[in-house]
Amino acid sequence: MEQRLKVSSSPHIRAPRGTRSLMLDVIIALIPSLIAGIIVFGWRALTVTVVSVVFSVFFEWGYRKMMKKSCSVGDLSAVITGMLLAFCLPVTVPYWMVVVGDLFAVVLVKQLFGGIGKNFMNPALAGRAFMFSWAAAMSTWVPAMSKSPIFLGGVDVVTSATPLTYMANGMLPEGMSTLQMFLGNVGGCLGETSALALLIGGIYLCIRKVISPRIPLCYIITVAVLTFIFPLGNNRFDWMLASMFSGGLFLGAIFMATDYVTSPVTARGQLIYGIGCGLLTVFIRYFGSYVEGVSYSILLMNICVWFLDKTSMGIRFGVSREDKKRAKEAAKAAKKAQKEAAV
Amino acid sequence: MKNTFFGGVHPNDRKAATASKATEVLAAPAEVIIPMSMHVGAPCAPEVAKGDYVFKGQRIGSSPAPVSAPIHASVSGTVKAVEPRLHPNGTKVMSVVIENDMQEALHESVVPCADPAALTPEEITQIVKEKGITGMGGAAFPTHFKISSGVGKVDTLIVNGAECEPYITSDHRTMLELTNEVIEGVRLAVRATGVKTAVIAVENNKKDAIAALEAALTDEDRKTISVMGLRVRYPQGSEKQLIQSVTGKQVPPGGLPASVGCSIMNVFTCYCIYRAVYEGMPAIERIVTISGSAVNEPKNLLAKVGTPVSALFDACGGFKTQPDKILQGGPMMGIAQFSTEFPIIKNTNAILALGKEENRSVEDPTCIRCGKCITVCPMKLKPIYMYQYEQKGDLEMLTKLNVTDCTECGSCAYTCPGRLYLVHSFRTAKQMLINAKNAQQQKEGK
Repeated sequence: MEQRLKVSSSPHIRAPRGTRSLMLDVIIALIPSLIAGIIVFGWRALTVTVVSVVFSVFFEWGYRKMMKKSCSVGDLSAVITGMLLAFCLPVTVPYWMVVVGDLFAVVLVKQLFGGIGKNFMNPALAGRAFMFSWAAAMSTWVPAMSKSPIFLGGVDVVTSATPLTYMANGMLPEGMSTLQMFLGNVGGCLGETSALALLIGGIYLCIRKVISPRIPLCYIITVAVLTFIFPLGNNRFDWMLASMFSGGLFLGAIFMATDYVTSPVTARGQLIYGIGCGLLTVFIRYFGSYVEGVSYSILLMNICVWFLDKTSMGIRFGVSREDKKRAKEAAKAAKKAQKEAAV
Repeated sequence: MKNTFFGGVHPNDRKAATASKATEVLAAPAEVIIPMSMHVGAPCAPEVAKGDYVFKGQRIGSSPAPVSAPIHASVSGTVKAVEPRLHPNGTKVMSVVIENDMQEALHESVVPCADPAALTPEEITQIVKEKGITGMGGAAFPTHFKISSGVGKVDTLIVNGAECEPYITSDHRTMLELTNEVIEGVRLAVRATGVKTAVIAVENNKKDAIAALEAALTDEDRKTISVMGLRVRYPQGSEKQLIQSVTGKQVPPGGLPASVGCSIMNVFTCYCIYRAVYEGMPAIERIVTISGSAVNEPKNLLAKVGTPVSALFDACGGFKTQPDKILQGGPMMGIAQFSTEFPIIKNTNAILALGKEENRSVEDPTCIRCGKCITVCPMKLKPIYMYQYEQKGDLEMLTKLNVTDCTECGSCAYTCPGRLYLVHSFRTAKQMLINAKNAQQQKEGK
């Protein structure tokens, strides 16, 4: 019997929740938005999501198998990548494009860097950015409640404007009330339109302690404050609400910017990161040639994560702010003395 | 920030199995194995040889070094061997093996103090030293040295009854069953250290112990001694965190509790001080919690130092399932054992046998950068980056990240969803730093 005792470093017990449990919670939190997408855009919203999930899991499995690495499909992160990529695509996107996007997201952005935890960009957003090479297909917006058929065939797609198209021209969206935008009854990507459904998912994630509300709050509040101070429409308050509920802000703030792998781990880093995302989003929306800035602002901030973490390490236990200041001054004085001695 | 500390985790405390079970006295074993090192500091040299007859309570090992504590026989009988034997730390340590003659013949030095009330602080410290009392909860730091080095610097004595590790209930039972003795020990410790305030700190999941301690305090006591309920959160009983919870002060890096005017003693240590003064009995017995999912009948046992652990498991009806791990100490900081043939020592507060179902380690631990390790770290460290730089062997960055501040409480690894062996990596990192420093010194020496 005694040969069979395990010996390892402490601790010998682990919290019940592992990676898979956390990822499962994210999937659960995305379901309300999926349902909203199906209601607004028809069953094709579901088929696009399913295709995306199936292929991103397939690519993850295939790559790990090919490279003789451990199988990581069980952590469910590929499912989330698939769902999130689908959520930021127009419902009319051809299925083959979704598959190519998955390939790019899972293999190039995630696995080539070593898989979960190692990639420096959000795979879903990078996949979407890559898919913008098909600009026309990626900016074909069908009106809400148009119920696109699962197989488009030769059907002519009726297009319409999204709230962002109006807002890029400095106008409040016509014929769309703020409530409509909040509920998601507007054109846009298949999982981004319903701020309400995304908010439900976000609250669920915060309650389950999967994410901290820091990043989403900083992000959304920054956008709200900026658009309130610098409105383009004639009604300050309406403009702010329209800016908050249009486009992918809620999807980005709650699900993309909080991606563990590509967001800072320190509290202060997270605050700066959220604010940075908000600033860049408004800049791109106001001054860029793209109407939407959420995905690029998050991708840009992804690149700064290492730096943000490094500069926000905080104060050591047992050292007060004054101690730190004093140490800094002493170091400065020593340096100066050294310089003078050299001269 | 008083009454709390940074971070921390809240594991299921699993104490219900033994919390309400009165301590049972374990029959003396036929043979005891007494290691000559059960404390921090210099190991003792054996003072007896094979074939000698020893009395219960007789000193059998000592060291002239200031940081050390003498060792006493826990039974009477014949010395069977003086040889290296398995120690709970996993190595072989010089030990005295005594064959018990079951006579319990006391040594002449085990005599009660004639007038405890007349003892001077120095005399109390001297008794503590002679009776081999060490910290009974944590690292087993010699208590006499803690007292003498703190006199004048320390104004608050914190009596640690937090017992924040899951499963362990030995201090809980001590506070319930030996309340008056513990309080008397605290009074003696207050006199010896010369402090003005003493706080008995107990986690709020032991309400009955708090009530018992409160009831045992006299009006005279209340001027100096108070009982404080603490939030139930691991690692509440860790030295630096306990000081932060009780006083709001943070011990500076590398500093001792005395640097913020605090001294910490475990409740069982206080009980041992009481016994040393009032009975003349050295630290040769202790209450041990035997628990874990693989144990048939979890119990609290009063066992003699040197009792082989297999005897304690036998007293608990053996195992109900094949144990996956056997631990000395709690599941968060305890040491995994590869055999049950090691003895219990002065600071063994628990022996656990965990079943397979408690093992949640995975084949391929992967960091997902969730940052949960940072939120739970009570020392405000950045475990995720410490781990990464340890993997790379970057000593400069490890120093910058203050890896030496890590108290190895295990909160980060406990909470890690990727199941990384974080604490293990920090232990490796610390060792790498020590090795580098030694190499540097050697180079300079040449």
